[in-house]
Amino acid sequence: MNPILMAIILVTVIGLIGAVILVAASIFMYVPVDERVEKITAVLAGANCGACGCAGCADYAKSIVEDGNAVNKCTPGGAACAAKVAEIMGVDAGSSTPMKAVVACSGTCGKTGKKYEFQGIQSCQAVKGFYGGDGLCKFGCLGYGDCTRACAFDAIHIVDGIAKVDREKCTGCGACAAVCPNAVISIVPEHKRKPVVLCQNKDKGAETRKVCTAGCIGCMKCAKACPKEAITVENFLAKIDQDKCVGCQICVKECPMGVIHVPASE
Amino acid sequence: MVKLAVIFFTMILVDNYVLAKFLGICPFLGVSKKLDSAVGMSLAVTFVMVLATAATWPIQTFLLTPVDAAGNQKWDMGYLQTIVFILIIAILVQLLENFLKKFIPALYKSLGVYLPLITTNCTILGVTILNLDNGYNFIESIVCAAGAGIGFLVAMVLFSGVRRRVEQAVTPKCFEGLPITLVAAAVTSLSFMGFGGIIDAIFNVAA
Repeated sequence: MNPILMAIILVTVIGLIGAVILVAASIFMYVPVDERVEKITAVLAGANCGACGCAGCADYAKSIVEDGNAVNKCTPGGAACAAKVAEIMGVDAGSSTPMKAVVACSGTCGKTGKKYEFQGIQSCQAVKGFYGGDGLCKFGCLGYGDCTRACAFDAIHIVDGIAKVDREKCTGCGACAAVCPNAVISIVPEHKRKPVVLCQNKDKGAETRKVCTAGCIGCMKCAKACPKEAITVENFLAKIDQDKCVGCQICVKECPMGVIHVPASE
Repeated sequence: MVKLAVIFFTMILVDNYVLAKFLGICPFLGVSKKLDSAVGMSLAVTFVMVLATAATWPIQTFLLTPVDAAGNQKWDMGYLQTIVFILIIAILVQLLENFLKKFIPALYKSLGVYLPLITTNCTILGVTILNLDNGYNFIESIVCAAGAGIGFLVAMVLFSGVRRRVEQAVTPKCFEGLPITLVAAAVTSLSFMGFGGIIDAIFNVAA
């Protein structure tokens, strides 16, 4: 027989047999896939950012359907996305407060000063290596914009010496918080009325005063004024429990240093 | 029996596919970051290797290069070896994937993306072809494939340990990431050269 013909027949036959086996296998061993998984994957933001704690959007969709994961964890997608997912799953979306980055430092150029003149590589990571940074306050925002470079959404910029978050553009992915060497940035639920203490200084009040005119001195005024006991002062630094806070904003008015602010209203 | 043992342990220690023959470097570098995924991948590779050898050996012997009773070759289609073997391996992996999905979903889930990756794993094709080149019979081929798989497992597990140390170490900027990993792989491979001749000595086989 013609060797070319024979080779063609041989490979074709093997391929056909394989195809038949595979088709048979896919019929006999058919595993029903929940169509909701595909639908949810389609409505998620598709950023594969991992803010939900799963390995990508498809994985999150799968965990919603199979493991009953919460429907409102897609931070970039926000409330609109949560509502769509909830509709597919037939559950209540729940109050999905968007998560946004908050820079807990109020030490703008006029309020705090420099310890020395830094002329090295212009990054927070680098300046942090020299005596804990060039700012007088060793807790605050270093202001060299590592967060700006980490942000994929152009939502955080250095304004007047400290990082400022663009509330509109921020998706709460947490990339800036991860790179900040001073851990000044945190991702908190963006509530319209609830305030946040915009300072990280854990030194005693007198020392804080020396380095910055806009630092928390741990005077306890806010803690005493709060009707819900949502504020605790630890290491001379006030902290507001977002679950207990009702957004009355008495602390904002009480604070003598003016470091308690409502991020959403700025 | 001794010959089978020699083949098995030679494949693991001396002729290790990853460290001595430099096949399957892609999963070796890609999947060795975590110990559990390294073990999962290796077990999947071992399984497919044995299965692929069991399927390709008869095809080569009875279809591609059959020999009649007198010892004459009936026809020679050995040149089809590569394409036919790739076809067979792809079918096997797909079949295995379907099978696991239906009957052992836990294993399917833990293997995840590695299973389809095996389709294009050159060690599998390498093992099936080198078995025939070495003139092994069916049983020897199976044992050799199992040994190669275990050898792959040993290399992966060892290297995932090495890698963890490398990741914790402070490396010069220019070596960070893949370069230092490749250097570490080379050193690991070099250390396996120390096993040269050990099998012959243990089983008293003339070198």
